[in-house]
Amino acid sequence: MINYITVLLVLFPLLGSVIVAFIRGEQAKNIALGFSLIELAMAILAWTKFDYANPDSQFIYNQPWIESLGIHFKVGMDGISFLLVLLTTVLVPLIILSSFRKEFRKPHALYALILFMQTGLVGVFTSLDAFLFYVAWEAALIPIYFISAIWGGEDRIRVTFKFFVYTMFGSLFMLIGIIYLFIQTPGHSFDINQFYQVALDKGTQSWLFWCFFLAFAIKMPIFPFHTWQPDTYTSAPTVGTMLLSGIMLKMGIYGVMRWLLPVLPLGLMQWGQTALILSIIGVVYASIIAFTQKDIKRLIAYSSIAHVGLISAGIFALNVQGMQGAMIQMISHGINVVGLFFVVEIIFDRTKARESYLLGGIASKAPVLAATFLIILLGAVALPLTNGFVGEFLLLNSIYEYGVWYAIVAGLTIIFGAVYMLRMYGNVMFGKEGTASANFTDVIGAEKLVLYAICAMVIFFGFKPQYLLHISEASVNNLLEIIKLKMQ
Amino acid sequence: MTEQLAWLIPVLPLIGFLINGLGYKKNPKGLVGLVGCATVLGSFILSILVFFDIKANGAKTIDLYEWISVGTLKIPFSFLIDQLTSIMLLIITGVGFLIHVYSTGYMHDDEGYGKYFAYLNLFVFFMLLLVLGSNYVIMFIGWEGVGLCSYLLIGFWFKKTEYANAAKKAFVMNRIGDLGFLIGIFMLFSTFGSISYADIFPQAQTASTAVLTTITLLLFVGAMGKSAQLPLYTWLPDAMAGPTPVSALIHAATMVTAGIYMIARSNILYVLSPISMAVVAGIGLATAIFAAVIALTQNDIKKVLAYSTVSQLGYMFLGLGVGAFTGAFFHVMTHAFFKALLFLGAGSVIHAMGGEQDMRQMGGLKKHLPITWFTMLMGTLAIAGIPPFSGFFSKDEILAHAFEVSPTIWAIGVGGALLTAFYMFRMFFLTFNGKFRGTEEQHHHLHESPASMTIPLIVLAVLSVFGGFVGVPEALHGSHLLNEYLSPVFGQSTQILNAAHHGHLSHETEYALMGASVLGVLISIFYAYTVYVRKEVVPAAETAPRSGLEKASYNKFYIDEIYNAVFTRPLDSLSQLFYRILDKSIIDGVVNGFGQLTQWSADKFRRIQTGYIGNYLFMMVVGIILILVFNFLF
Repeated sequence: MINYITVLLVLFPLLGSVIVAFIRGEQAKNIALGFSLIELAMAILAWTKFDYANPDSQFIYNQPWIESLGIHFKVGMDGISFLLVLLTTVLVPLIILSSFRKEFRKPHALYALILFMQTGLVGVFTSLDAFLFYVAWEAALIPIYFISAIWGGEDRIRVTFKFFVYTMFGSLFMLIGIIYLFIQTPGHSFDINQFYQVALDKGTQSWLFWCFFLAFAIKMPIFPFHTWQPDTYTSAPTVGTMLLSGIMLKMGIYGVMRWLLPVLPLGLMQWGQTALILSIIGVVYASIIAFTQKDIKRLIAYSSIAHVGLISAGIFALNVQGMQGAMIQMISHGINVVGLFFVVEIIFDRTKARESYLLGGIASKAPVLAATFLIILLGAVALPLTNGFVGEFLLLNSIYEYGVWYAIVAGLTIIFGAVYMLRMYGNVMFGKEGTASANFTDVIGAEKLVLYAICAMVIFFGFKPQYLLHISEASVNNLLEIIKLKMQ
Repeated sequence: MTEQLAWLIPVLPLIGFLINGLGYKKNPKGLVGLVGCATVLGSFILSILVFFDIKANGAKTIDLYEWISVGTLKIPFSFLIDQLTSIMLLIITGVGFLIHVYSTGYMHDDEGYGKYFAYLNLFVFFMLLLVLGSNYVIMFIGWEGVGLCSYLLIGFWFKKTEYANAAKKAFVMNRIGDLGFLIGIFMLFSTFGSISYADIFPQAQTASTAVLTTITLLLFVGAMGKSAQLPLYTWLPDAMAGPTPVSALIHAATMVTAGIYMIARSNILYVLSPISMAVVAGIGLATAIFAAVIALTQNDIKKVLAYSTVSQLGYMFLGLGVGAFTGAFFHVMTHAFFKALLFLGAGSVIHAMGGEQDMRQMGGLKKHLPITWFTMLMGTLAIAGIPPFSGFFSKDEILAHAFEVSPTIWAIGVGGALLTAFYMFRMFFLTFNGKFRGTEEQHHHLHESPASMTIPLIVLAVLSVFGGFVGVPEALHGSHLLNEYLSPVFGQSTQILNAAHHGHLSHETEYALMGASVLGVLISIFYAYTVYVRKEVVPAAETAPRSGLEKASYNKFYIDEIYNAVFTRPLDSLSQLFYRILDKSIIDGVVNGFGQLTQWSADKFRRIQTGYIGNYLFMMVVGIILILVFNFLF
């Protein structure tokens, strides 16, 4: 069974999705939660069998799919993949649970789509075949499109349409790149190892770099490809926003690590610095915009652009601190941003307001929310002994090794982050009661459970980051060796 | 024993935090206070044991676990306990304990009692981590941690927006310094390949002076933030928004001493970089005078004390900068005693006055609060530098070293000391002498504080009076115990400094310097006495016209307003500019432009699809011809 664990992890949520789609009424969410918990249990099982020392993919499942085109259903997990699979399998049940108090129209459809999306996400993180990767990449987009378009807020159709077209636009370039590379492979195959064998000249790699980078940069998003993001995050239902920000954007970062850097190292030599600079611009730019956002959901959306920019910059710095920092920060950011959006949802649920000037004085009415919100927020501003610090420290260190001034500019994030986050916290939680928050009640039941789980992870991984760093260590070292070797 | 038990020193307050934090609604007040105080007392007792162990057996390293390990970057969670650390431990836990005890009385009627003690314990925990860490990153944990706790405690009464803002300001301003510290750590790592003290300091002399200067200046940026030096000091005076015992904790035992500790810890790096030493001394001296001038005209009793802290910290940096490491550290210690005493005393006054902090409403409190009065007198004499009170010895040591470097620095330093004596006695006389100026209701309410508050005052008063005797200079036929104890930490630096310049001061010169400064201070006190006791001058009301320097001082040289105009508001405007113009109009405009272009072109291309076979055939023929022509030509 353990040898099939990867393919099970990919397909099991799909099964769940089909079943949940036929369940009418309130039971849908419970069944969906059940499926996501079994999925989590499987991931934990895989963890117990995971070989930390092995840098290559493990639990590989490989079946011919469309043989005439050399397409295989090939999935497997190395340390990098596995960390992201863990993130996905941990967050999906939390995201489902976080929506328990809310009444949705057609709940079965919503929860079926969430599980369907999980298949796409796990597929992206485990695909070892470029075609399969592309299929999973698009498969993840379809459910989130519907989730946002059906259950979203104001202006959802226009915003979601734009998001869809924008990301499709990027993906098509990637498709061109994938097909081009496929033609260049010696054995005409989509297998990732064949892609790694392709040796192209610098000129070709340079334009191919943009084919892939555009798709990934839009997904993350990197400045200036980000303008779909704040609108989409704001108008999507919070479950959707959590899926987008907590997990989906990691597809872009993962894509860079798995498909861009090792396949196109000469393109990277040509454009890596540009990508790094764009990433750092995004860090500062988005932070500054976040200063004066009144809508707290939009504020967190912008903060996410800043955080992702730092991760991306760390990757393009091409050293082990950057890669490992990116890995752990992807996990931490996923956990923290889901927590932050959940808090926004809790507040909105009670007050029907997200504007900070309508809120205020919540801390004295809801001490549990105040405390848990603060802990998550401290993770987001990278206070030492929270999960956010480890990643941010490593990432800034990696950028420092790349160039001192880059690190100083990117380092502004630790000041700016504190400014906009504490400003938001102060406006919402402290001070006088806002007009909307007069009858605020503290969190209960499932809300508490989700918040406690998130806080526990924020603190635990702040104290013991090695649990996560160990998982990806061998694979990251291996990846860097491949890239450096091919760059020479 | 140190190896087995030292980890408990920070863990005990952490346990206290967890108990009071998790159970803050359920725990009865008695238990909360007991847990809060007992954990810190436990740490204090352990610190005493550790002190004697280190004294006998030298420094110890304790490895707990591997925290972060990536490539060659290894950050162990480990402690280094040497002489410097052991003294810091005693100050933090000792003074911290007294503040905890005092708080049981002061905060007794506050609804957030449990939360308060949880934060207080957390504060102590982070400060202990800061001094215990065996590398710069663990120090950084504590460094940022105390920043967090100050945020929580300054904003403790967060229902008032201005208090919450003061808390935010403290955190953000600290973070500005922290960025410098962080970059400094990165540079240390890339220079020395390690972030541990034990690896860095022995190699210090292998690095170039330019690199060391950059590193030390970056670290100093961190110290400026945490220890409230120019230009990053403005958070500290605002920090008095928190409960008064918190001010005592921040100003005396924890937080602000972190910057001094960091430089003292890195002494060898600083000694090897004369430019950094000069910068530290210069900033320190400038801050000492600047803050003292502001303190002259403040009417809020806590504000006077706050600015006096900024000023005294300036002296400590001056000491570090002129190579008086022991002296600076000595002043950390004595200052911890008398500043804790003064703040707690002020708290006692405020408590009696029913929350009033304006000294113009006080006066004549001597007979109502005899214990507070007497202990405050001891503290005021100590900070003013009257022999044989503790502040005299430590300040004298710094100034004597300053004289060795330059008599001008000494003269300016003494000038600041005169200002200190004046504003401190101004505060003291306005509070305790003359007639009561408050309301009838306040007058009726006046009472001495309970024993839980006065006993810590008495203990601190004793320390403020006698604490200086651990560092009596040779010139006064004393043996400098502190110097002796700390010599393993500063020994190498002292040697390098001695080799570089100047011999020792002669005893005669030292007597003359002491005499001059003491005489000046006495005159200063006498002047304050004349103005505020004999003539019973009461500072003018808020709205009264002020002129020139007095106006500038009263308004704290408008530094907050300047920062607001130069940083805060432009950044907010930039934020709106980025959001509305760049993001919404330009970048998104381009994106939408692409979309519209597609729609427009689709619209045009659609017209080609007419559905008439003839048209299609025509297009096909044109196409074939074009291909043929293309092939023919190329």
